[in-house]
Order: sequence, then structure tokens, then C-alpha cells
Amino acid sequence: MTDGDCGKCERLLQGYLDRELTTYEVAEAEEHLNGCDYCRRRYRFEESLRVYVRTTAVERMPPGLMEKLAQLRTTDPGPASV
Amino acid sequence: MGEPDTAEPNGARRVASEARDRVRFEEEALALADQVYRVARRFVSTREEAEDLVQDTYARAFRSWQSYTPGTNLRAWLLRILTNLNVDRGRRIQRRPDETPLEETDYYLANKMAETAGEQVLDQDRVVERLSQDSIVNALADIPHDFRDVVVLVDIGDFSYADAAQILDIPMGTVMSRLHRGRRLLKARLAEEAVQ
Repeated sequence: MTDGDCGKCERLLQGYLDRELTTYEVAEAEEHLNGCDYCRRRYRFEESLRVYVRTTAVERMPPGLMEKLAQLRTTDPGPASV
Repeated sequence: MGEPDTAEPNGARRVASEARDRVRFEEEALALADQVYRVARRFVSTREEAEDLVQDTYARAFRSWQSYTPGTNLRAWLLRILTNLNVDRGRRIQRRPDETPLEETDYYLANKMAETAGEQVLDQDRVVERLSQDSIVNALADIPHDFRDVVVLVDIGDFSYADAAQILDIPMGTVMSRLHRGRRLLKARLAEEAVQ
């Protein structure tokens, strides 16, 4: 493995995790990853980072918002005021 | 067709069926509110703004429910409304994203962390210890809007590239380039926090 291979592997990282690579590119990345601790660590790191970003950046809907949204309904059988 | 005495019942049936469709539409839309809010919350800087944006989105969605095609992605349809409303609020008058220089590559954050704490830091949950929830949220908020919108839709909203393209009304290639660049910007920002 050479620096050039690691550079190429790095460029395939996002597409690989997004499952957007061609079959050929996936095979290329995996062949390199099988023999390269350096890249394998970084792929795993990226994967766990994404999970972490997703879980930490998610904020649940505040209490009370659902009721406000339900009041916007036009078909709600509730109070028939206009 | 056109017979006066059958037109009336058919019309009434149509009205009743439309009313049912409308009720169902509203229920399905409301069931997605939490997911819509999650995306909205990261599009804007405060919880209040996010709440307003979601309420405006639902008000518009309930009014124009007939322009939704049943069987298509309702969550994407709602987010399209939300995105348009957010743009209407004038929040686009901000930094031009393409002026942000970016040398960093995809391994940037990993390399920075490994440089200061050794390669093993990448192996386990110690990554998490070094990146607080605040640092993630702040780093996301720092990404210019055009890039952040795509990162939020794909990485937090779990939308496909195709859905993100439809929601933002941009080509799929633009979604991909903004997403890749947005993620790099995020990591560059996180590196500043993690490596002090």
C-alpha cells in the first residue's frame, strides 16, 4: 500500500459510507481497507462520528407544539369556531 | 353521465371522500411532526424560531393539502414547504458559502485527534468524550446555510440525496458536493474544539 492508495481510499470514504459508490469502487476501497489499519481506523471513526452527530444533534419536539399544530387542522372535529 | 338525478349523489360522495382524504392527510402529516421539527431545529438557531417555522409549515400544508400527491414522500413534501418558508424569511442574506476556503480532507479530524492523542483514540468511544454535544451543535450551526441544509437533511433527517435535491430544488450533483463539503467543514470545526 502506498500513500497514493490511502489518498484514494480517503476520497472514497464519504461515498462508501453513503453507499453511493459503484461496485468497482466499493471493491477498490475494501481491498485497500483489508490491508490498511490506518484507513480502516479512519473509516470506523467516520462511521461512529456520523452516528454521534446524528444522536447528539437531534432535539425532540417541545411539549405543547403538537397541540398547536393540531389546532391548525381544518378538519378537526373540535371547537367549531372560525 | 350528466343525468341530473345521479349527479347529486355522485357529487355528495365525492365531497365525502375528499373530506376523508383530507382528514387522513392531516393525520399523516401530524404523525411526522417530530421528524419535521428535528430538521427545522437545525435549520435555525433557536427553539422558538424552529417552532414558528414548523407551525407555519403545517398551516400552509393544511391549506394546500391538495397539491400533495398521495403515495409520494409526505415528509419530503413537508420539508419542501419548510425550506421555502425558511428562505422567504430572508435568512439567505448571509455569507456566500463558496467563499469559504477549505483545504481539509476527509481524514482531517481523525488525523488531528490521532496527532494529539495517538492512533488508539480513534478506536473507541473516547472520540465521544472529546466531542461534547455542545461542540457538535455549535459546529453544525457554524456551517454556512447552503451546506448545513444538506448535511442536516441527509445526516440528521435521514433523507436520500434524491429527496434532498427535491426539497432544496437543486440538482443531485449539487447535493453531493455540498454534502461532502459541509461534512468537511463540520469536521474542521470540530477539530478546532477537540484538539486544544
